[in-house]
Amino acid sequence: MSAISDKTKLSLQDLGIGDETGVEALMGELRASLDAAIAGITSAEAAEQYRIQWLGRKQGLIGAATDNWLKSAPGPLKRVVGKWLNELRARAEAGMPAEGAAFLSPGIDITLPGVRRPIGSRHPVQLVMQEIEEIFRSMGYSVETGPEVETDYYNFEALNFPPDHPARDTQDTFFLAGDGNKLLRTHTSPVQIRTMEKQKPPVRAVVLGKVYRRDAPDASHSFMFHQMECFAVDTNITLCDLKGTLNEFIRRFFGPKVRTRFRPSFFPFTEPSAELDISCLICGGSGCPVCKRTGWVELLGSGMIDPAVFGFVGYDPDRISGFAFGTGADRLALMKYGIHDIQLLWQGDKRFLRQYR
Amino acid sequence: MKIVTSWVREFVEIPATDQELAERLTLCGLAIDGVEDGVLEADIGTNRPDAMNHYGIAREASCLYDRDLRPIRPNVRESGKAASDVASVEIADPDLCTRYSARVIMGVKIGPSPAWMVDRLEAAGHRSINNVADVTNYVLLELGQPLHSFDLDKLADRKIIVRRARAGETLETLDGVDRKFTADHLIIADADKPVGIAGVMGGEESGIGNSTVNVLLESAWFEPKSIRKTARYFGMHTDASHRFERGTDVGGTALAADRAAELIQQVAGGEILRGLIDTYPNPQPRPAIELRRKELDRIIGVQITAAEVLRILRRLGFRVDELAYGNWKLFPPTWRLDISREIDIIEEVARHYGFERLPDHLASWAGTIHRTPNAKMEQAVRDTARALGYDETISISLGPETRMRRFSSAEPLALANPLSAESAVLRTSPLPGVLDAVLWNLNRGEKDSHVFEVGKIYLHDNEPATLALAGVPGEFAHLKGDIETVLDLFSGSVSFDKEVGVDYFHPGRSARVSLDGSPIGRFGELHPGVAAEYGFRHPVLAAELFLDPLYARGLRVMRHEDLPRFPSVERDITVVITPEKTFQEMKDAVMALKVPELRSFTVVGPPYPIEDAPGLYALTVRATFQSGTRTLADSEVNDFTKDILNSFLALELRLRGSSDSDE
Repeated sequence: MSAISDKTKLSLQDLGIGDETGVEALMGELRASLDAAIAGITSAEAAEQYRIQWLGRKQGLIGAATDNWLKSAPGPLKRVVGKWLNELRARAEAGMPAEGAAFLSPGIDITLPGVRRPIGSRHPVQLVMQEIEEIFRSMGYSVETGPEVETDYYNFEALNFPPDHPARDTQDTFFLAGDGNKLLRTHTSPVQIRTMEKQKPPVRAVVLGKVYRRDAPDASHSFMFHQMECFAVDTNITLCDLKGTLNEFIRRFFGPKVRTRFRPSFFPFTEPSAELDISCLICGGSGCPVCKRTGWVELLGSGMIDPAVFGFVGYDPDRISGFAFGTGADRLALMKYGIHDIQLLWQGDKRFLRQYR
Repeated sequence: MKIVTSWVREFVEIPATDQELAERLTLCGLAIDGVEDGVLEADIGTNRPDAMNHYGIAREASCLYDRDLRPIRPNVRESGKAASDVASVEIADPDLCTRYSARVIMGVKIGPSPAWMVDRLEAAGHRSINNVADVTNYVLLELGQPLHSFDLDKLADRKIIVRRARAGETLETLDGVDRKFTADHLIIADADKPVGIAGVMGGEESGIGNSTVNVLLESAWFEPKSIRKTARYFGMHTDASHRFERGTDVGGTALAADRAAELIQQVAGGEILRGLIDTYPNPQPRPAIELRRKELDRIIGVQITAAEVLRILRRLGFRVDELAYGNWKLFPPTWRLDISREIDIIEEVARHYGFERLPDHLASWAGTIHRTPNAKMEQAVRDTARALGYDETISISLGPETRMRRFSSAEPLALANPLSAESAVLRTSPLPGVLDAVLWNLNRGEKDSHVFEVGKIYLHDNEPATLALAGVPGEFAHLKGDIETVLDLFSGSVSFDKEVGVDYFHPGRSARVSLDGSPIGRFGELHPGVAAEYGFRHPVLAAELFLDPLYARGLRVMRHEDLPRFPSVERDITVVITPEKTFQEMKDAVMALKVPELRSFTVVGPPYPIEDAPGLYALTVRATFQSGTRTLADSEVNDFTKDILNSFLALELRLRGSSDSDE
């Protein structure tokens, strides 16, 4: 480059060129240099520099060559040199990018890993509870809540657990020190009572929240867990509505392939009562260690709200009927995501949580 | 319990395999968890003591398969001598013992049981003891009636008195433990002393031994609550108490006594004295229950034919009278203590009709739907925390008392029966949960961990909603920015000051947050001492906020503001400060100027130390001016800036120079 730029400052005589062959070689050199310069234009700054270097009125190489070579060319060569310089000027002008033209930056390695902005993860139980809430809201259920520190009345008595009844043994209860009447709710069902106390029928509600049972912690037990509960009370609620609602919920939550079965059961606050089993999600019902080779997995408890419960909230059991069902939201999360250890849910382990974004 | 299917099949013809039987039983509410070698593993609910025996299971099967249930008619070959001449029974407390049926068998020979009985008991999970004791267990498993056999010769005056204990009376029970009674306990006594805890366990001395010759067999009905209380009081749980506390068949005591007498004679010989000593002072007929056709249909949702209703209930042992309008009058059998109301009958019908036969239906709904009042705001907090890069945690809301007291002055609610000291009280602070999570992650090599929890703390009168954040590594300014971003969601005016008022935050690197002047939380660097105590080796940032005051203000109302039509002008001013000077002082001074064109006043970056002046820092602040009506002239902006500089000088701040740049 600098060589050719120096040459433009000299006359043909000084360059020792006196015939057409010499001119061809010189012009070829200038054209190669010009082409390289055009190829090097990758930004607006480079374009301006190029314009000054090649087409500038004062220092432009084309101008210098015209001044020094054309003028010094002997008569017979003038036409050849002139033709070349006209051609190169046109070439240089054509190489100049238009005003405001876009330039490509150099390529990059697009296989390098992406740089991620740290968005926090969602807790799987929260995810599941949100999904449950959405399913039931779309079916006409409102969301209700209640305190976790409850009284014996709401947790047991008004739910038709008589004092000293063996059914109370099935719900290992944490009692508060100093106040024999206060306890940590063992289920979300107290919210049934609280909701019906403040509202006349019809009622449709879904309840999600923490509950406590005095179970020693292991991979499938936790003394704190989350329950989901749903209940409907109206003048026209039947066992067929309970079945239909549960089947609809299961289909939406687990997908259409899951089969269900209802087994009559006993809960003090529902009658008739039923437990719902679903076909094992692992083996699909053919039998595996997870379902103890039965093909079925117990999922939730349900039933028609016992008329005695309506008595506690002042509803007329001859006119009103209702259903209720509930299960562990954590259990649903474990089943849905295939988590094997419930304790993982409470550790805040980043490696675990980051799977739920 | 274990159910031996061959035993059940003695009472009813079952046209199905054991596996099929198990399935049908499960689907009618008697959960069978396993089938192996002719034995069903049954999980019978607390409400169905009548099915906790082989005959009870046979009765359910007779209904399921619509086959007759064979009656049990014991062949009791009595001698001429009257039992009542040899022994007597008195119920002193009939409120706790409704019926006491006794048989006397004289001249038995205690020895091993025959193989068929040993095998059957073993199949049902019972160890053979001796022939007489085995018979009582056998009848318990067959009919569900707990029996007790006394050595008649060891009963003072050969007399049985069922009465409440006198406080202080004692008895050594069969398990070799000395029991001391209170006046609440129902006991079996002879003329002098206790010989058994009624319905729970007999006494050691009066029990059957190898030398026993004469036997008094007890077949009684005890009040369930009393048995339950007594068994719990002594921490005992026996086959007998398990059934009595759930309710046995008051109509079945005589049959069980006769059946046992028959079997004892069969396996241990002896002479069955004439007559059952049956003390049943006040038999109460159970009230009939009306089942209305309309009610049955209203609860179930489909119409089940009258023939099927009749069939089901009769097979289950109900006496059924048909009434007008398709209604029925029902007399429940004595063994079904769980049935006293119309709904109980409806359940029986539904149970045996089969839930699988009911069609799915969705009731219509025309009401409104609401979420909880704070649901949307809580969601906004969660979403924002996540967007800021915090992972969501849920931590156990029980913890150790010392830890709660470290982070809260509130008196924690303590459990009366905690599982361990690690989870003895309800949390009064949201901080331990998030700090535990960060520490857990650090201990597992995750050096960058930021978590949040939206949850409740538990106070004596309420359960306030809280937001807790914690993270490493981090800087105060970033945490403050995160807090500001969350607070920005809500209405209300937020301010910060240094009066954290607690000792677990770094006194110079923490702040209190107030909403409209009332404190709602604090945040900053954890006090290094507390952090070290906790197990952290590096600074930890944490925040705790009460959410209810924010929820009360509501989400910030979004309102359009016209976009500026004229350019803004910025002026940067660098001042020399000492660490005692705060930005707030400068800002207050600038705001006091009340320049309407001042759009914002902030810093360009954090203060930095001045090289040649130890203890002094340079801070560059930036004022942005803009007018809604015109393009500001340089001279105007210069005047504003001059005012600001003067206000700084009034604060005794030295200028380091000023520069300007146009946006």
